[in-house]
Amino acid sequence: MAKVAYYPGCALEGSGGPYDKSTRALVNALDLEMENLRDYNCCGAMEVKNVHPMLQTYLSARNLAIATEQMGLDTVMAPCNGCYHNLKKAEFELATSDDALSTVQELARKADDPVYTGNVRTLHVLEWLMEELGPAGIRERMTKQLNGLKVANYYGCMYTRPRQIFPEKDQGPDSESTYKPHFMDDLLASAGAVNTDFALKTACCGGAHTLSDADTSTQLVLNLLQSAEESGAEVIATECPTCHSGLEMHQVRAETEFGIRTTPKIIYFTQLLGLAMGLSPRKLGIHENVSDSIGLLKEKHII
Amino acid sequence: MAIHEKSLIEPERLLESDDLVVDGVDVSGHWNTMITPRTLRDYDEHFEKTIQAYGGGEYVHRCWQCGSCTNACTMYAQNTQFNPRYWIYLTRLGLKEELIKDKDIIWQCVSCNKCTNICPKDVRPEGVMKALAHWMEDQGITDKSPSTHFDEEFADQIFKTGRIEDSHVLMHFFKKTGQPLMQGWLVEFGKRMTKGLPIAQMLRMGLNMLFPPKTKSWGRTGEVLQQYVREQKEAAHG
Repeated sequence: MAKVAYYPGCALEGSGGPYDKSTRALVNALDLEMENLRDYNCCGAMEVKNVHPMLQTYLSARNLAIATEQMGLDTVMAPCNGCYHNLKKAEFELATSDDALSTVQELARKADDPVYTGNVRTLHVLEWLMEELGPAGIRERMTKQLNGLKVANYYGCMYTRPRQIFPEKDQGPDSESTYKPHFMDDLLASAGAVNTDFALKTACCGGAHTLSDADTSTQLVLNLLQSAEESGAEVIATECPTCHSGLEMHQVRAETEFGIRTTPKIIYFTQLLGLAMGLSPRKLGIHENVSDSIGLLKEKHII
Repeated sequence: MAIHEKSLIEPERLLESDDLVVDGVDVSGHWNTMITPRTLRDYDEHFEKTIQAYGGGEYVHRCWQCGSCTNACTMYAQNTQFNPRYWIYLTRLGLKEELIKDKDIIWQCVSCNKCTNICPKDVRPEGVMKALAHWMEDQGITDKSPSTHFDEEFADQIFKTGRIEDSHVLMHFFKKTGQPLMQGWLVEFGKRMTKGLPIAQMLRMGLNMLFPPKTKSWGRTGEVLQQYVREQKEAAHG
């Protein structure tokens, strides 16, 4: 079992608090080993590349370099799709462009920052759990069951697109698929959930314009919520703080502004796995979700 | 029905007589629809280069017009006027006036990357959308979009501290775009959010707002990056 550097990113320290809490609790319960990425900086989020693309590459590379140069670790684990995407993109850019690599190294020397040299990889928490335990390992450690809870697994945009920056995906049945991702489905099924046939696993929630183009976001989120509901899902499992807040926010907005009510509850997949490990809802931050799922979880005898 | 694809033809170039008889045959209405021919002279031969100088627009020249981007586009499904393939075509031909007709929607790209994912020529259309939107802002064709305010707010905060803090960014965003904080749905969202929050978490969020989180070793990094961006922009746009 290899130790990884944990990169929570800015969102998990703010609005994505329950995702951070449940990730830490879950990792602890599973006896996995991680250490906080020391004094990290923002990965550039969705926004900084629009000011200048090199900014985003540099910010992400700086984080990767902290892991290798200052912590002696070769893997950075990020639960946020946005962070994960940016780090993967930096990895890709710097492996395929000598120009980009020398610019990043030069900037780092000027700024007295750790210098990126490669030999480091980024994993999503989902990929890390699959690598360390897989569905069989999760099943072994389960003390409780998700009792057939019907789940629509929502992966969002940044975990699979563009496929070019994920060379390790689409490498046969054991690897993740960019076209039809299944890692979350696999893990939750092994914890006793029933995955519904949800068609919009990788559709967009409009997260980039959650507030600046709220009507578009509400429409896109409604597509997701209604399609999940139609598939019979009681819960939408999320793996990204931006998607998660977007779904919660626009579920409320659709209700208050347009009078459109939808039933699925929105829960982080780490919270669901934590429940299957017998961890308490409070420890997993389930009370802190805006989407109130406590009633449903009680009704299903999960808590 | 005579001509279906009228959406790409300006209404003033469509000629149609309501009452027309030719050689004793009644051809009134759409039976006589004609399109005024046009000769375009207002193209900008260097426009493709201009867009290539913007972040994201570098690979626009690779496009061979297959239309996969538009076919996959999240926004096209919302509004068929949102057409990345067409905008890339116009960019390559230098038809700025045509492009400017869609100035109010180009910024709406949600960066879902479906286009960049599917593109067989690695044009990275998502980046081209951003490049076009920024060009329009720089030219004063559009006001800074709400989205650009967001981008700049993020970048400013990162230059300063190395990190971002969401509530801080939000407050500034609402202030800059002149939106009220007390919109009905936001209030409702806030209520539901604080309902389940433990006091400690609320305190932490409050403290984060007063004292935004910082990367301690940030040192000169912000300055170096800011200078780099300044130099690059000067080199690209003069």
